[in-house]
Amino acid sequence: MIEFVLPPAFAMIIGALLIGVARPALRPLIALATPLVTLYFIWQVGDGIQQTATFLGYEVQLVEGSDVRRLFATIFAIMAFGGVLFAFRQSKWWELTAALLYAAGAIGVSFAGDLLVMFLFWEFMALFSTVVVWCGGTDAARAAGIRYAIVHLFGGIILKIGIEGMMVHTGSIEITALTLNSLDAWLIFIGVLINAAAPPISAWLADAYPESTPMGGVFLSAFTTKTAVLALWLLFPGQPLLIWIGLYMIFYGIIYALLENDMRRILSYSIVNQVGFMVTAIGIGTELALNGAAAHAFTHIIYKALLFMSAGAVLYQTGKRKCSELGGLFRTMPLTTICGTIGALAISAFPFTSGFVSKSMISSAAANDHLTLIWFALIAASAGVFLHAGIKFPWLVFFQKDSGLRPPDPPWNMRIAMILFAIGCIALGVFPGLLYGLLPYPVEYVPYTADHVLTQLQLLLFAGLAFFVLLPLMKRTDTLSLDWDWLWRRALPALIGAIDGRARAARLAFNAVAMKLGSNWIRFIRHKPGMYFSSRSPMGHTALWMAVLLGAVTLLAMVQGGS
Amino acid sequence: MSQLPSDHDHWLVRPATIRKLWWIFGTILALTVAAQLFVPVHGYFGVDEWIGFNAGYGFLTCVAMVVFAKLLGFVLKRPAGYYKVPSRLSPNISDDINDDQT
Repeated sequence: MIEFVLPPAFAMIIGALLIGVARPALRPLIALATPLVTLYFIWQVGDGIQQTATFLGYEVQLVEGSDVRRLFATIFAIMAFGGVLFAFRQSKWWELTAALLYAAGAIGVSFAGDLLVMFLFWEFMALFSTVVVWCGGTDAARAAGIRYAIVHLFGGIILKIGIEGMMVHTGSIEITALTLNSLDAWLIFIGVLINAAAPPISAWLADAYPESTPMGGVFLSAFTTKTAVLALWLLFPGQPLLIWIGLYMIFYGIIYALLENDMRRILSYSIVNQVGFMVTAIGIGTELALNGAAAHAFTHIIYKALLFMSAGAVLYQTGKRKCSELGGLFRTMPLTTICGTIGALAISAFPFTSGFVSKSMISSAAANDHLTLIWFALIAASAGVFLHAGIKFPWLVFFQKDSGLRPPDPPWNMRIAMILFAIGCIALGVFPGLLYGLLPYPVEYVPYTADHVLTQLQLLLFAGLAFFVLLPLMKRTDTLSLDWDWLWRRALPALIGAIDGRARAARLAFNAVAMKLGSNWIRFIRHKPGMYFSSRSPMGHTALWMAVLLGAVTLLAMVQGGS
Repeated sequence: MSQLPSDHDHWLVRPATIRKLWWIFGTILALTVAAQLFVPVHGYFGVDEWIGFNAGYGFLTCVAMVVFAKLLGFVLKRPAGYYKVPSRLSPNISDDINDDQT
């Protein structure tokens, strides 16, 4: 019996390409239908290896299903639908195509049965996410897109070398849990972590995402880092190093977001922060922690997309992106304010929002494993999330001082997308069973106990108090904050410039000496060559060259005779 | 476009409303701590069962993070155009000839 199942990623690629060739009137329809059709194919994928193909002489596993893979692919497809709904009337068609191809890459990685397929879709994502950044259309977007592409192609090469090494040394490129006992595994680890925005290569995220269009940012917020989370989930569960990398990301995100002025850059830093929670959970590696990481990826994609939508709506309506130029928008953008605030509450894990039911799984996993220090760090980080994303973003954009801007709420399709995702944030928070049913391990975790709700409220509300008390310390400045990318954006060019400058000086000095010597020699040849043979120049010339020829013939004869 | 006088502004930003909001916020804060008298907290490590532990811990860690960010800002903050610098590579080699002639 042959059962033909279209790989979900291919369904999305076909849809994305159809947008380009279809009549303009049909494009929105195709763009909206593609993620839904893809979602249907995602749910048709059963457990285990479903489809193989031959690629460059290798038998590759194109589609492999499991609970966690379906979970990630599902949220990627939902995200693609929400993004298209937010964007389809405002974006150019090629931005929608690029965004859907980018999403297709993410879905392809989700179902990749071996490292080779994973790598192919990995690069596919890098390619089309760069196009989405470029769709920003400004010089800054072009430059940021190039930097973004360089980082991801560099990460891709590291990943590829690791995979090839694995293929040569073990003969297997199965996606199974690896241990960091060989260079190959380390290279795969590093390659995946670069896409997760792990230190020190994390600056690409906050560099590139805010340069996209108001719509493009919504797509960018979802796929790259979360596919990296899935890859870590499948390849390195329980790797203790990930705990510390994750904690660094968590606090890096908070601190840099506190220093930032650009509203979408604040949200970008908070992506790193949230992915840090997932990476930490994968490092803890118990069933509860791994469930927590998968659940948090699911809820995070929804509320972070919602936050990027509300910021995108503000940017679309005002053309302004700096918090110092915004404020007071709640008067004329009530819906955007409410939806943005719901997203902000969800990211802060407020009770009855989606973040609460996923993030508390991670901190409970740390507590159950008696990881005292890590638990205290995670709790502090939860307060810090409320500080930098939960209050800072909505406060500075929608409230604070009156900027005098009076833009209306965005067009209807943007409003509907925001409302749907806001409902998603609350529905998952109120009915956690919806999410828990999709998780890879059975869930015994009960998020809503009186004391848990109470302690979480205490934590968050007093974090809020700290925000308002310390508001004078957080004066907005029109600055950027140095990151590790200083090394390759300033130090490396300066070093190369210095070397190049020295080399140029040396070249000029050499030229000067050579010209001087050369011109002396030419002067000698032209004016005084024959003075040893004749007083008349032509005669002297002839005699000189005769002597030279004679010498050469003699030399050749001697060489010949010697052999 | 001139700014409206404050009493004509949105009710939410009038000083009287803000004073009220601070009172309400303060009351809620006090209530969340007081409620711990009636809802026993099952902690993991002992300290987290203390009354008001999360309140104090949340507040103090946030102060620490803001102060740390502020201090780090003195070191890391740069003007927004910091990375917009011209290339430091030397001009084309063809320029060298011009240099020689001068």
